[in-house]
Amino acid sequence: MTHLDELESESVYVLREVAAQFENVALLFSGGKDSIVLSYLARKAFWPARIPFVLLHIDTGHNFEETLTYRDAWAEKLGARLLVRSVQDSIDQGRVTEESGVHASRNVLQTVTLVDAIMELGLDACLGGARRDEEKARAKERFFSHRDAFSQWDPKNQRPELWQLFNGHKAPGEHFRVFPLSNWTELDIWRYIQREKIPMPSLYFTHTRPVFERNGMVLAASEILPRLPEETVTERRVRFRTIGDMTCTGAVDSPAATIEEIVAEVAAARTTERGTRADDKRSEAAMEDRKRTGYF
Amino acid sequence: MNLLRFTTAGSVDDGKSTLIGRLLYDSKAIFDDQLDALHRASLRRGEEQVNLALLTDGLRAEREQGITIDVAYRYFATPHRSFIIADTPGHVQYTRNMVTGASTAQVAVILVDARQGVVEQTRRHAYLAALLGLSHLVFAINKMDLVGYEQAAFERVKSALEEVTTHLAPTAKVHYLPLAALHGDNVVERSERLPWYEGPSLLELLETLDAPEQAGPARFPVQYVIRPQSPDFPDYRGYAGRVVGAPLHVGERVVALPSGLETEITGIETMDGPLEVAEPGRSVTVLVKDDLDLSRGDLLAPVAAPPTTAQELTVTLCWLSTTPLRLNARYRVRHTSREVLGMVTGIDFVVDIETLEQAPADGPLTANAIAQVRLRLAAPLFVDAYTANRTMGSLILIDESSHVSVGAGMIEAS
Repeated sequence: MTHLDELESESVYVLREVAAQFENVALLFSGGKDSIVLSYLARKAFWPARIPFVLLHIDTGHNFEETLTYRDAWAEKLGARLLVRSVQDSIDQGRVTEESGVHASRNVLQTVTLVDAIMELGLDACLGGARRDEEKARAKERFFSHRDAFSQWDPKNQRPELWQLFNGHKAPGEHFRVFPLSNWTELDIWRYIQREKIPMPSLYFTHTRPVFERNGMVLAASEILPRLPEETVTERRVRFRTIGDMTCTGAVDSPAATIEEIVAEVAAARTTERGTRADDKRSEAAMEDRKRTGYF
Repeated sequence: MNLLRFTTAGSVDDGKSTLIGRLLYDSKAIFDDQLDALHRASLRRGEEQVNLALLTDGLRAEREQGITIDVAYRYFATPHRSFIIADTPGHVQYTRNMVTGASTAQVAVILVDARQGVVEQTRRHAYLAALLGLSHLVFAINKMDLVGYEQAAFERVKSALEEVTTHLAPTAKVHYLPLAALHGDNVVERSERLPWYEGPSLLELLETLDAPEQAGPARFPVQYVIRPQSPDFPDYRGYAGRVVGAPLHVGERVVALPSGLETEITGIETMDGPLEVAEPGRSVTVLVKDDLDLSRGDLLAPVAAPPTTAQELTVTLCWLSTTPLRLNARYRVRHTSREVLGMVTGIDFVVDIETLEQAPADGPLTANAIAQVRLRLAAPLFVDAYTANRTMGSLILIDESSHVSVGAGMIEAS
């Protein structure tokens, strides 16, 4: 087997374990490349049957229009049921308070919406597309990550994972986050997308877009992102390496117009994809702190 | 084989973090923004040089306390091969962490300080790596810069290590390699400062090591039953799972356990199309000729070479929990996709982790203990010895009330 075959078989194995060990599962779907590959692998795992999970999108209300278009089309193509829970509803219900100021982001607020959705839907497992190579706190994550009744992750109290024996036992009210793509790297994801010819959202390919720079990041100009007086908008040929909330996802200057060109660009990249994410730059332990409170 | 999984071990100050940092840095797997972050973090701590250990300590508590908690997994690739490193801390919970990291690895890289030579931790890690059935033990004799890059120093440590390895399982191949991780000598590039050494650098060795899946007969634990119940597939009933041992063939006569009924494999399916043969490690869906009642936890195996069906097992058990093992108490026993209740009825001996000798059990098993125990099961398991097949020979014990994985077992015999 090739490296990609091996990663594929391992992920399919984990997806099947989830279907077998849990009763009420959602696959967290954001419309980004990792959750696209994860849902594609789920189709492989259960083919010719349907994916036995719902797709759940936690919508910050600050998504790129292209992402939402892709999301709906992809869910339909997979024949999967798509549920959307929105941060705007959480704000309207007074569950969270919107951040203010120029650095305001709804990224952190997503956690409350997600945890509320888990309670509302009675989920006992959520599948996520997180990879251990993304970020140093994620390198510590298990395939089966236990969450207590408050959705908290305790990195000091993780279950040892031995061989391929995944233990999904838990007390009522607790749940698991499961990450079948744990062992994939960004380059593996793109090589797999290339090999399997998976259609991708247009944001990943080069396009001309009005952008402005902030703290060395190239952000898309939009009405939801107020600019400081010194921040000027210019048109640039860019693409996105990660797709998240518009307020914290940076673009990169790139001429890559095809999957082949993206693979070559990622292979030669000297910065991580997380380097374009403002949410990770809030502090040295930003990802860990968010994960502890129930983030993805 | 394009993917190699290895685990690193060694005493706390043997330079493990530096070696991993070097491997990642010299093979260009550390990105500029990660280096910048490392640089800033090092400066904030008042350190003059970039501290590569901060790269591997990803958690707040680890950076605060300067210790490593539990196992982390890291990734890098060269044009020849992709690697997964199970980075295990060399700390107090050594056995549990080492066992966890080694359970998915094919190779152990054990660091030895060229000045200190063989220490207790070296023996222990070599023993654990061999116990866990790893194919290769690579002794990285580090800090050669501090012994003047002298061959005599290397040879001294090597012969002491040979003493240790003669007592280990004969299945593991052993390699010895001089290096200086701090300066990158022999880590990625072969070093001119070690002209007397004619072997490969560590990375060259890792790129070429061959770690074949254990052979033995094919095994197919049923993970999940696929029943589309759709207009296109009204009567489809496929058994999803991952092939273990030898390849599985269409047309093969198999026995279904526990029923003992024989049937024939009529199809091996994937979304990409049907297969004639499925290699070990591949996740597939199997169709069989007869309408059998097969479900999760059942097993398909060649009629000519079935596994052992057993309700009593002799198991080498690593105890992982701070709550001691309770003899004759119920635990969940997880083996492949099957879960049954079981109890440990007796302890044959414990392994003295200092001397690696067998000793009688003088109390309950506590955290990090290794012992040979007898396990009685409420229903049979279908097993092979761990030395013959890691998947078919491994199991975990799960505490019924806390739900935590408390024991890691390797089946010796039934």
